[in-house]
Amino acid sequence: MHPSTPRLAAWLAAIALVTWPAMPAQAQKSAAEGIAEYRAMLADGNPAELFEAKGEALWAQARGPKNATLQACDLGKGPGVVKGAFVELPRRFADTGQVQDLESRLVTCMATLQGFDAVEIVKTPFGRGEQANVTALATWIASESRGLRFNLPQAHADERRSYEIGKRAFFYRAGTHDFACATCHGDDNKRIRLQDLPNLTKNPGDGVGFAAWPAYRVSNGQMWSMQLRLNDCFRQQRFPYPGFGSELTIALSTYMGVNAKGAVSVAPALKR
Amino acid sequence: MTTRFPILASLLPAATLMLTSACSTGPVGPSSAELDAQAAAVIRAAFRDEGIAKVERLNQDASNLACSAAQGTALPAAQAKAIEAENLATVKPPPDGIYLGDWKKGETLAQDGRGMTWTDKSAEPKANGGNCYNCHQIGKAEISYGTIGPSLTNYAKTHGASDPASPAAKALVDYTWGKLYNARAYNACSNMPRFGHMKLLDEAQMKDLMALLLDPKSPVNQ
Repeated sequence: MHPSTPRLAAWLAAIALVTWPAMPAQAQKSAAEGIAEYRAMLADGNPAELFEAKGEALWAQARGPKNATLQACDLGKGPGVVKGAFVELPRRFADTGQVQDLESRLVTCMATLQGFDAVEIVKTPFGRGEQANVTALATWIASESRGLRFNLPQAHADERRSYEIGKRAFFYRAGTHDFACATCHGDDNKRIRLQDLPNLTKNPGDGVGFAAWPAYRVSNGQMWSMQLRLNDCFRQQRFPYPGFGSELTIALSTYMGVNAKGAVSVAPALKR
Repeated sequence: MTTRFPILASLLPAATLMLTSACSTGPVGPSSAELDAQAAAVIRAAFRDEGIAKVERLNQDASNLACSAAQGTALPAAQAKAIEAENLATVKPPPDGIYLGDWKKGETLAQDGRGMTWTDKSAEPKANGGNCYNCHQIGKAEISYGTIGPSLTNYAKTHGASDPASPAAKALVDYTWGKLYNARAYNACSNMPRFGHMKLLDEAQMKDLMALLLDPKSPVNQ
């Protein structure tokens, strides 16, 4: 799980030099050279390991106005239980009375245990401030379920309702281009340009598409959470902007997660 | 999307109560129509305006409402016909009667997948691409093409129209214009954006795409 220290240092150096998109040095390199260099680097592993290490440290670190750790956080399998939690989310939590995904649950724990302002975190753009910490925590928590099979609970009426709403949202066509999630992800063996599109209405598509996030994206050198993955889907769908942790985004995750039942979790994965 | 059958919906709890004895899965949840209404409310509540992408984009016309509700299954034939007729009525032929522009500009437009997202500055057609290669094989030289739509390689030849100016090609020219203008005129729940109807592309841009598909000199037909 932990990258050895020299390897970690090598990653940091490599990422600082090559992968961050705004570096002016990159402009002098051809795209092909950049991709070749990148692939060589990735052959050694997945940079998501860096975020896993950060997330694991954050979990045990006393932080926030209450100067507390997250070690008492209940991710669905009891306070402090991390292993196996990821493959059973989203699920309903009795304390909030809501179906929550991993990220919205983490925000709840950061608010109740550490005293952070949940509304502030929800409003923070991806990759900044406490949002970057939520992504790192989600990456580590997902990694603790690597190799386990998806098995979202559907026993509570709210969980079944979340699935049904997610299903309807998945097929909801609107916007300037009349797109729905299903336009690109409702059929087998389709692609956009050369990019394969998983069919997210069933397995194995959901085992490939849903079960891979959080994932490290090679194309932009960023760690993407499921909430950010959905956010960018809606951008490309030409929809307006979905709220972080909104009931809709959680319902879509419930729909895909239930459809992924039995698929082995590979998150955090490496993606284009 | 409101509940379309309020009286029926109000009767459902009583009906389901009578059925619970035959049901082994415990308490009965909301009806399908109730879930439709709840989903619509959840979708509304989730989004906010960002740049040019306003929440009014969530509004559905009759075809989007029907095609969403079908969840990927085929619509009843009569309903599909009605939607196609309604969309065909929106198609405006070019006022000058000229259907073909410049295939080279059409190729550039077909390659361009930009436009209308919340990170785009302008919602004007001039700022938009056609997105064509995202879903279709078109020119033979481009190997990076999508497969959501059918291959359009050899489009004119495949459709038996080697001379787009000939009377024999008139039906294909009209159909192709209509398909670009409003794809649902011919297929009620087509996945294809309605470029003319939704003002994604202007008339000149659509003519350039027509030329890409139909001009004998276009690489599509070489």
